Amino acid sequence: MEYTIAFSYLIASLLFIYGLRCLTHPETARRGMHAAELGMLLAIVGTLLHHEIVSYEYIIAGFIIGGAIGAAMSHWVPMTALPQRTALSHAFGALAASLVGIAEYYTHHGHLGGFKMTAISLEVLLGSLTTTGSLIAAAKLQGMLPGAPMTFKGQNLFNMSLIAVTVGLFFYLMVSPATGWAFYLMMVLAFVFGVMLVLPIGSADMPVVMALLNSYAGLAAAATGFAISNNVLIIAGTLDGFSGFILSIVMCKAMNRSITNVLFGAFGSASSDSGAGQEGGEMREVILDDVATQMAYARQVVFVPGYGMATAQAQHVVRELCDSLEERGVTVKFAIHPVAGRMPGHMNVLLAEANVPYSQLYELEQINSDFPNTDVSVVIGANDVVNPDARDNPGSPIAGMPILEVDRSKNVIVLKRGKGKGFSGIENPLFFKPNTGMLYGDAKDSLAKLVHAVKEA
Amino acid sequence: MSPEEFIPALYIFALAAFLGYLVLTRVPPLLHTPLMSATNAISGISLVGSIVAAGAQHNAVSTWLGFIAVTCATINVVGGFWITERMLKFFKSKEEMKQKPEEKH
Repeated sequence: MEYTIAFSYLIASLLFIYGLRCLTHPETARRGMHAAELGMLLAIVGTLLHHEIVSYEYIIAGFIIGGAIGAAMSHWVPMTALPQRTALSHAFGALAASLVGIAEYYTHHGHLGGFKMTAISLEVLLGSLTTTGSLIAAAKLQGMLPGAPMTFKGQNLFNMSLIAVTVGLFFYLMVSPATGWAFYLMMVLAFVFGVMLVLPIGSADMPVVMALLNSYAGLAAAATGFAISNNVLIIAGTLDGFSGFILSIVMCKAMNRSITNVLFGAFGSASSDSGAGQEGGEMREVILDDVATQMAYARQVVFVPGYGMATAQAQHVVRELCDSLEERGVTVKFAIHPVAGRMPGHMNVLLAEANVPYSQLYELEQINSDFPNTDVSVVIGANDVVNPDARDNPGSPIAGMPILEVDRSKNVIVLKRGKGKGFSGIENPLFFKPNTGMLYGDAKDSLAKLVHAVKEA
Repeated sequence: MSPEEFIPALYIFALAAFLGYLVLTRVPPLLHTPLMSATNAISGISLVGSIVAAGAQHNAVSTWLGFIAVTCATINVVGGFWITERMLKFFKSKEEMKQKPEEKH
């Protein structure tokens, strides 16, 4: 029996790795997921044979309730709400890891060795802080909490003391694992720390935070593997942890910031007028019909979607516009910045859902050299990712961030709700350039009118 | 966990991390959202730890914590794979788009 279980775990590990390997291309991705699902099934069936298990009621109840919630959460959630849904699942995964650790400690705390105690502590620490951190992130993304950074006086001092005490307890437990109060206090502090970690982070930085929480949730699972000496848990948890880690590095590079700066920078509260806007000038408002004519007779049009496209639910109308332009022989491309939206890759999913083939979705490196050949670039609810100040003005708060260089295209049309600044509050000189026209109003509305006007043109 | 158990576990961790680095850096930004939900589903494997905690009947506390953990982990396994599949169905190549009649939403 032991061998059956061990063997099922081994096969599961291989299938997981194969499944992730298949995610390198959209054509093979689904096949890979089927493999990973099979692996999961094998591991679960294997575990049910475990000799310590004497009753199945609670397990089956958990399967039924969890399965129903999971299916409901995934079947009906709109793709625009993916970020908050993903944050919730980080919370569930981390909570599961944390609870297993607590149960393990409660059952065995009289006789735990130093190594095992360290693993349990890490598991509970990472699991607990990720649980509350992810819940706060989900609440921010859902708009239940303000998206702006939430700070208070003495926050850094409070956080530092919190970290110091938690780390102190962690080491204390390594030496004397049987100290119950230290363990439970550390758990509570980790829950508090998760809240404190995400509260001061603004919505625009969410892609990094999402990736980081993903990483912590995975590492918590890996620590569970160490605590209960289970290899498949170590492997799967590590893969998840590394995936999140790699994504957070990609996101940080795409914003030219370090992880510590995202976590502790309180970015949005920095003065927003550093050097920007001195050229000022007038924003040029354009008339919808003129834009439509321009687009209809263009050779190449590039759409640059941002989070604004998701909030306006405009992805389907964009696709319609794309279709009617293509019918006229216009080449249409989509330029996707790595941090567009609120989680890595979010724009790609939204456009794919709206039936844009993936060959039309271009990454930053692929499309930037193409902007000079572009007649019209259409910016839909994006701001910082097209801000030329990041490239030209070393004093800008986002200096050095790689941008989509739409300002190099012949004409730029910016779809914007109003004349205000973007989310980060940074002035965007793109809006004042002579080749830029501003089209104010709800993005979905404007685009729908454009579809109509292009057909008439 | 004794040092004799810890060292092999550390080997597995290190090798999995290296393998993860090699495989996951090759996932294109196009699929970063499905990647996140897929790894989420896979790390729902902590279900195997939860199952033992819920079914071993060591004590009431551990059974209940195990039960909640089974529920949470199952949400991730079922939900994670479900939504990943749902997303991956959207990604079509230009050829596939032409073959299939347009789906209206």
